[in-house]
Amino acid sequence: MSDFKCPECDYVFSEEKGDEYEGYPPGTKFESLPDDFVCPDCSVRYKEDFVPA
Amino acid sequence: MKGYTGTLPNGEAIHYVDRKRWLWSLSVIYPLQPFLGIWLHAETGNEAWLLLPLFIGYVIAPFLDWLLGEDENNPPEEVVIQLDRDRYYRFLTYAVVPLHFVALIGAAWWAGTQDLSWWAFIGLAIVAGITSGLGINTGHELGHKKSKLERNLAKIVLAVPVYGHFWIEHSRGHHRDVSTPEDPASARMGENIYKFALREVPGAFNRAWAIEKDRLERRGRSAWNSDNQILQSMALSLALQLGLVIAFGWLMIPFLVLHNIFAWWQLTSANYVEHYGLLRLKEPSGKYERCQPWHSWNSNHIYSNLVLFHLERHSDHHAHPLRRYQSLRNFDDLPTLPSGYFGSYLLAYVPWIWYRVMDKRLLALPHIKGELDKVNVDPDKRQTLYERYGQAAA
Repeated sequence: MSDFKCPECDYVFSEEKGDEYEGYPPGTKFESLPDDFVCPDCSVRYKEDFVPA
Repeated sequence: MKGYTGTLPNGEAIHYVDRKRWLWSLSVIYPLQPFLGIWLHAETGNEAWLLLPLFIGYVIAPFLDWLLGEDENNPPEEVVIQLDRDRYYRFLTYAVVPLHFVALIGAAWWAGTQDLSWWAFIGLAIVAGITSGLGINTGHELGHKKSKLERNLAKIVLAVPVYGHFWIEHSRGHHRDVSTPEDPASARMGENIYKFALREVPGAFNRAWAIEKDRLERRGRSAWNSDNQILQSMALSLALQLGLVIAFGWLMIPFLVLHNIFAWWQLTSANYVEHYGLLRLKEPSGKYERCQPWHSWNSNHIYSNLVLFHLERHSDHHAHPLRRYQSLRNFDDLPTLPSGYFGSYLLAYVPWIWYRVMDKRLLALPHIKGELDKVNVDPDKRQTLYERYGQAAA
C-alpha cells in the first residue's frame, strides 16, 4: 500500500484509504485508476505526473 | 500596515507589504451596486438611476482601467505561504456570499413593489443579473479550494445565479480541457461570442453532469441522488426563486428569467475572452500538453482586477488553480488583452471589432508566430481564416 502525490497541489491518493468522495474504495491500487485520471483537486496533473509520497 | 517577512535564496531578508490589502474589499462591496441605483431612484423619483450600475460596469469600469492603468507587482515567492495563510483575505470571500443573496432579494423587492416603467423593470432585472454574475466569480474563487467550508460556500453562492454546476464544471472540466477544441468554455478563433454562448452554456452543463454522474456511479449511486452536488445547489436556487415569486408575485417570473440569462452572460463573457483561439498541442501519447502560461489571456489592469478577485491574472490561475487570489502573479510575455475584462467584453460584443483587435494579437504570440495550426480555430471558419492568413487549409 503506497501513497501518491500530485506534484502541483499536494493532493495525496492513499491506496490504503482510497478516496471515498471520488468513489475509490479503500484498497484501490493507484495503478488501477483509470488512464484518464486527473488530480481531483487541481485537475491540471495527469495520473502519470503523480509521484510516490 | 501588516507585512510579511521572508528570506531570499541569497540570504537577504525581505519585508513585503501588500498595498492592495484593503482595496480587495472592493470585490466585496461591488455586488451591492443595485442598491446605489435603488437609493438614487428613491431619492429623486427618476427611474433612470436604476440603470446606473450598467453605466458603472460598461463605461466607468473600462474608463477606470484606462485611467488607473496596470499593476505588475508580484508578492515575492518567499512570503506567499504567509500571504495565503492570512485569514483576512479568505474572510473577504466569505463575506461577499450573503451579499449576493441580499442584492438579488433587494432588486427583486424593488422591481416587485414599485410601479416601474417596463424599461426600468427590464433594466433592473439586467442589473440584478450582471451583479449575480459576479457571484459566479465569487463561487470560482471559493470552489477551487480544498476546505469543505469554502466548497460549500461556493455551492451556496452559485445558487444565486442558478449555476450550481459551475464548480464541478470549472474545476474538474474546464481546467482539465482548457484551450482544446473539446472545451465548451474555451472560445475558438473566428467564433463570435453569441455563437460561443450557445455552445458554452449547454456544453458546460452537460460536462458537469457527466463528471458528477461518473463520480456517483463509482460510489454505486444514481445521478438522481441527494449527494449530487449540482442538485444540492439547484435545490437552493429553486427555493430562492420560488420564494421571490411567492413574495412579489408573477412579475418575478420575467424578472428572474432575465436575471438568470444575464448572470450566465457575465460568465460567458469572461470565458470568451480568457482563452480565445489559444490551443494546447497534442503530445505523442495522444494527451494534450499540460496547460502552460501562454494558454490564457491576461490583464493587469488594476481596477477590474480589484473587483474580480484577481481573475484577470489568468495564466497563473491555470498553472496553479489552488493559489489564492492575493498571491496570483504577473509574468512577462504573457498573452495580454487590450484592456481589463469589462472593456474587453465590450469589444467582444461587436464581433468584427473583436476580430480586428484580437486576431492580430493572437497570431503575433511568440508560440504561434502566424501558424494557424497552433490556433484553436472554429471549424466553420477554417477555410476562410486559412485563406485570409495565407496558409493552405490543413
